[in-house]
Amino acid sequence: MTKADLADKIYEEVGLSKKEAAGIVELLFNSMKNILSEGESIKITGFGTFLVRKKGSRRGRNPKTGEEIQIEQRRVVTFKPSLQFKSLVEKV
Amino acid sequence: MTKSVLIERISEKVEGLTRKQTEVIVETIFSSIKDALAKGDKVEIRGFGNFRLRSRKARKARNPKTGDAVEVAPKKVPYFKVGKELREMATKNI
Repeated sequence: MTKADLADKIYEEVGLSKKEAAGIVELLFNSMKNILSEGESIKITGFGTFLVRKKGSRRGRNPKTGEEIQIEQRRVVTFKPSLQFKSLVEKV
Repeated sequence: MTKSVLIERISEKVEGLTRKQTEVIVETIFSSIKDALAKGDKVEIRGFGNFRLRSRKARKARNPKTGDAVEVAPKKVPYFKVGKELREMATKNI
């Protein structure tokens, strides 16, 4: 499933044009990207939470060359599925 | 940030879109993702990330209250892999 399939679902259920539906799918994920990039987590009830975690700088190694490198502090996005989502797929 | 704030933001940005319609759209998107995974499909949102299932093996665990050993059956869990664009945006803005 891709963004295009999600746009089709919206087209079927809400009655927007395909073009409008595609625009809104794009807008939703872009908004989420911007919010997360600002360091804010997003909680979607019944689905899960997109969490932004800060990672400190550390020394790492390039696994290919073995060369030591400094990994700067960074933000990472993780997803914690809701209990409802977890129980829905548990037995797939 | 919660789903309702996200819905607010989106309905403000699109002219002619009511809050109610936006609510239905956002709900449709997230339930479609859940349904796809429940059918064993993958969901790929270019630039944002991919959703798929991961397998967890059976394991022995303990009931933390009673200390009894219990078998935990193998199961599937939802997994989100952050897309390249989102990963880079998040890192850059620190």
